[in-house]
Formats: sequence, C-alpha cells, structure tokens
Amino acid sequence: MQAFKELAEIVRKEKVAEDLYRLTVKAPDIAEFSRPGQFVMVRTVEGMDPLLRRPFSVHQVSGGDMLQIFFKVIGKGTKALAGMEPGQQVDILGPFGQSFTMAEDSLHILVGGGIGTAPLLFLAKHLLKKNEVYSLRVLLGARTGNEIARVAEDFTNLGLTVDIITEDGSLGRQGLVTDLMTELQQDKQIMVYGCGPYPMLRAVAGICRENSWACQVSLETMMACGLAACLGCAVMRADMQGYVYVCKDGPVLDMNEVAWL
Amino acid sequence: MAVESPKMNVDIGSLRLSNPVMTASGTFGYGEEFSSLVNLHRLGAIIVKGISLLPRQGNPPQRIAETACGLLNAIGLANVGLERFFSEKLPFFDAIETPLIVNILGDTVEEYQELAARLNDEERIAAIEVNISCPNVKQGGVAFGTDPEMAHKVTHAVCQHFNRPVIVKLSPNVTDISLIARAVEDGGADAVSLINTILAMAIDIESCRPKLANVFGGLSGPAIKPVALRMVWQTAESVSIPVIGIGGISSPEDAIEFLLAGAKAVQVGTANFINPRAAEEIIQGIESYMVKKGFASIEEMIGRARKS
Ligand SMILES: Cc1cc2nc3c(=O)[nH]c(=O)nc-3n(C[C@H](O)[C@H](O)[C@H](O)COP(=O)(O)OP(=O)(O)OC[C@H]3O[C@@H](n4cnc5c(N)ncnc54)[C@H](O)[C@@H]3O)c2cc1C
Ligand SMILES: Cc1cc2nc3c(=O)[nH]c(=O)nc-3n(C[C@H](O)[C@H](O)[C@H](O)COP(=O)(O)O)c2cc1C
Ligand code: FES
Repeated sequence: MQAFKELAEIVRKEKVAEDLYRLTVKAPDIAEFSRPGQFVMVRTVEGMDPLLRRPFSVHQVSGGDMLQIFFKVIGKGTKALAGMEPGQQVDILGPFGQSFTMAEDSLHILVGGGIGTAPLLFLAKHLLKKNEVYSLRVLLGARTGNEIARVAEDFTNLGLTVDIITEDGSLGRQGLVTDLMTELQQDKQIMVYGCGPYPMLRAVAGICRENSWACQVSLETMMACGLAACLGCAVMRADMQGYVYVCKDGPVLDMNEVAWL
Repeated sequence: MAVESPKMNVDIGSLRLSNPVMTASGTFGYGEEFSSLVNLHRLGAIIVKGISLLPRQGNPPQRIAETACGLLNAIGLANVGLERFFSEKLPFFDAIETPLIVNILGDTVEEYQELAARLNDEERIAAIEVNISCPNVKQGGVAFGTDPEMAHKVTHAVCQHFNRPVIVKLSPNVTDISLIARAVEDGGADAVSLINTILAMAIDIESCRPKLANVFGGLSGPAIKPVALRMVWQTAESVSIPVIGIGGISSPEDAIEFLLAGAKAVQVGTANFINPRAAEEIIQGIESYMVKKGFASIEEMIGRARKS
C-alpha cells in the first residue's frame, strides 16, 4: 500500500449548509493515488486535543493535485477543521483502504444518506468513464433538504438522474432512502453502492439480499490510526468467527462480509 | 574546529541499538504497515504487536475511545498467532536491518515458555519483550504483572528458553512498581520496559453506557506521561538493569525527560498514530539537543536529573 503524508494548503473552503463544509486542499501525491471509496486521515489541530486524526472519505480529486473532503461538524475535530481558512495548512495522511469495485454490465445504483454521500461523487465520475449516464442512478436521502441539495446538484451537473427523499419532506419526497430502492426496475443486473449511517446501510443490505442484488457498502467506525496498526476499527465478520478491520479490509466491503449486528 | 556528532548508540544487555528510540508494541503493527511513511532503518528497534501461541480475535467493538490528550483501548490482544507471524509477518524483516523485538503474551507460564523457545530458533529476532499485564488463567486471572512471585516465575521461564536479551514490560496498575521490577530482575530479565497502559474508562452520556464494550480499557498517550515518568524514575532507582521508558512520548523533549529520569532507551507508542514519523523526528531532536547541550553520548544523559 502506497500512503503519503502531506502538509496540504487549503485553497478553498465552502460552507455548503449549516454545519456542512467542503474543503479543497492541494495534496498532489494523495490526489494522484486516491480511488473512489478510499479515505484520508486528517489532523484537525496542531496540539494534542483532539489527539487523534479524523477519517474522511475522498470526496473528489481534481486538476491532478487537488483533493476535496466534504464533512459535517459533529464534535471537536470537525469543529476545528471548519474553523480553518484558505492559506492554512492541514496535515493529511492517505489514501487508505479498499476502493469500490466497479461492476461491469450493470445498472449502478448509488445510495447515499446524509453526509454519507461524500464518497459517491468521486465514484460517479469514475463509473462514467466506462458507462453511459442512463446506467447510473443516484438515490439520496437525508433528514432535511439542505444536507444534500448541493451534492444533488453536482450529480445533476454530471447529467445523472437523482432521486431525492427527506425525512421532513423539505426536498423531494418524504421518507427514507430505502423507500426509493423498492421501486427500482429489475431489467438488468444491479450493483448497489451504499454510503451512510450504519442503520441505513443495514436496511440497504437487507433490501439487496431480498432482491439478490450485489451490494458494496462503505462503513464508518472509530479509528485511531487508519494504518491497520491499532486494531481499533473492528467489525464482526459475517461468519461471526472474527473481525474485519474497516481501515484495511474496508471501508468499502461487500455486504456479505459483514455480520450486520 | 570540527565537532564530532554525539554518540547515539546504547546497549540493552547484549543488544546494540544505533539509537535509543524504538516503536512500542501494538502501535506499529508488524512494521510493514508503516513502511511507505517511515524510514524503518532509522529506528533504534521495532517492537511488533504482541504475539500469542494461538491467534486471538480480540474484544468486540467499541474497542477505542478518545479522552483529553489520551487514547483508551480495549483491543483484547488481537493478533495473528505465532504460526502466521512466522509465515506472513517475519519474512518482511529479511530486508530490514533494524533490530526486531517480538512482544509476547500468554495465559500461563507454560505458554510464555513455549513462545520463548520457538522464537529462540529465529535468529532474526534480536530480543523478546514479555508483556506481563495479561491475566494468569491458572491463577484465577490475576495479572502476572501485579504479583511479584508470578512476575518472577514467568520471567525466569522465558529467560531459560531464550538466549538473547529478554525485556520484561511492566504494568503500571500496581501499588509499587519497583517491587515488581526487582522481582523480574531477580528472575533474570536483561531490562525492564514501562509503562504499559493505565487501567481506565469513559462513559457516553448520550447512551448512558460505558464507551468501551469491555467497560475498562488501557489509557495511553500524552495524558499518561507524567505518571510514566514518575514510575521510570522510581524503577531506575531500584534496579541495576536498563530501564526503557514508555508512556505518552510524542516529542524529542518528552523522550529527553525520560532519559534524564534514568531510562536508557524509550519507546514511542500512541504518537505513531498521530504522526507516523514521530520516532524518526524524536531521534533527530535528541541529537540536536545533545549538540546544543554538549552531551557527547546518550550514556551521559541517562539519569542526569537524579544527580544533585
Ligand atoms: C472511513 C471513514 C470515512 C468517513 N468519511 C466522512 C466524510 O466524508 N465526511 C464526514 O463528515 N464524516 C466522515 N466520517 C466520519 C468522521 O470521521 C467523524 O464524523 C469525525 O471523526 C468526528 O470527529 P469530531 O472530533 O468532530 O467528533 P468527536 O468529538 O470525535 O465525536 C462526536 C460524537 O460522535 C461520535 N462518533 C465520532 N465518530 C464516530 C464514528 N465513526 N462512529 C460512531 N460514532 C462516532 C463520538 O463518539 C461522539 O459521541 C468518516 C469516517 C470513516 C471511518
Ligand atoms: C492500540 C494499542 C495496542 C497496544 N497493544 C499492546 C500489545 O499488544 N502489547 C503490549 O505490551 N503493549 C501494547 N500497548 C501498550 C503500548 O505499547 C504502550 O506501552 C502504551 O500505549 C503507553 O505508551 P504510549 O502512551 O506512548 O502509547 C498497546 C497500546 C495501544 C494504544
Ligand atoms: S484504524 Fe487503526 S487498525 Fe484500523
């Protein structure tokens, strides 16, 4: 595995919605080697509190040397990161983990929940290199509209059809993203790519099993290192005989590898 | 006038290290994980994740939680076991000249003994570090490291079966660590390393449950440094074998404090997660400090703070 440590200059900071930010940093090595689904470990402060780096999916790479992360402020680390400004540098390690496997001759269903949509844009761009727009479908769910409005636009700009559903009905239909899945036409082999909170992914995997669709999910756990060294990111294996490690075996895993406890 | 560069080398028993900075067990994987980020040849020694005779799955998640300047872990000593260590992890070290130290753990004295005997046959392994913070299954689960008699026994058993240096790694979860240190010195240990993690916990006030599935875990990182330093000081006072300092070391300054307190070498643990190059930068920083202060060798610094 080839990983890099870069002091990356922030070139752009966008406040996408309340507590939702997109940072563009200049990290040529990490950007060059990143594949959709992989993640980076970001040091959010120079000091010792918060102590650990924070994992973020690679949201996009552009121009050969730019890397984007898309994140939600939920605690100390993300708050510190949101306070950084263009011109400042962030210490980033990566890229880490397994990327999505691009299925062939399939209908590609990208299912994202809330901030979990972060890795899907990069994936969509890669899929479009070998697939026509009509063989991709994007299903986005969120608690409320402004969490996904902006990302939905990015997908639309790629020429993709985006179905939106929100819990409060403020954007698109009202309901859960899994509601959109039950309406999918099964004329072709289907590959589902799921990103979002654990309960959503479990429900997505459930629907895929029932319909015999293939499904890859991107899991999130607490991580101390991202380097396969601390063994803190364990998730029970499907056979219940041991663990997969999300930073090394994942974060993208086939739904059949996980016990879904 | 040309200034000679300071002598960074130290000896731990018959083990010669090019510098006193090693990576701590469980925080550096099996070395390979860090190879694209770290120049492994710069390190004084590499200590790999604790190995048991048979593979161990480890504890259920959550296994880790962050605390103020600290990391709580209850990994449960998950490891690939001795056979897979030999077949999958050891070959990587064929191309690495840095001394390899294998950390071992067991449920019984017999298990430690067998591990020592098997590792003795692998010339590539420069030393063993014995983790005695584990529960002794035959003695009602009391940790080997909290009872001087058991600590002595397990040390003796390992030393009988391993003909190169044996380092015994002490648990801080005792009333008087120097008592245990003396017991393992008596048992034949060539050095002691300390501290292992401090028993601790954290509670999630949203779910009203402990953050770790195991309830208790081991605290590491900068938060524990002052405690570790105190214990290293006390231990250096009570044994004549080398003391290796561990606990929250993240910067050259931290490492220097341990050397001045009486440690002959140090290990960098949790800091590897935050900065994979921490150990390399610490080596560099110690050297600069020595030049600045006029220390010609590490030896000159050891225990300097103790001298009145
Ligand atoms: C592979 C991977 C990719 C990720 N990608 C993204 C991304 O693209 N965008 C994004 O916004 N977030 C992403 N995350 C989640 C992100 O890492 C966390 O939101 C972040 O670490 C929170 O840090 P903090 O200091 O702000 O919060 P903290 O203060 O650390 O935590 C706030 C609260 O959330 C809980 N918590 C934090 N992280 C997790 C977790 N992973 N699982 C369960 N509970 C948790 C804590 O226990 C605490 O109660 C990803 C996580 C992983 C593992
Ligand atoms: C995730 C993790 C795993 C560890 N695993 C082991 C182990 O297998 N064997 C061992 O002797 N010590 C283990 N330790 C303890 C460290 O080697 C070290 O003694 C301790 O973390 C204190 O040093 P630090 O504050 O620099 O991390 C582990 C520590 C951490 C954080
Ligand atoms: S995060 Fe440390 S092993 Fe996965």
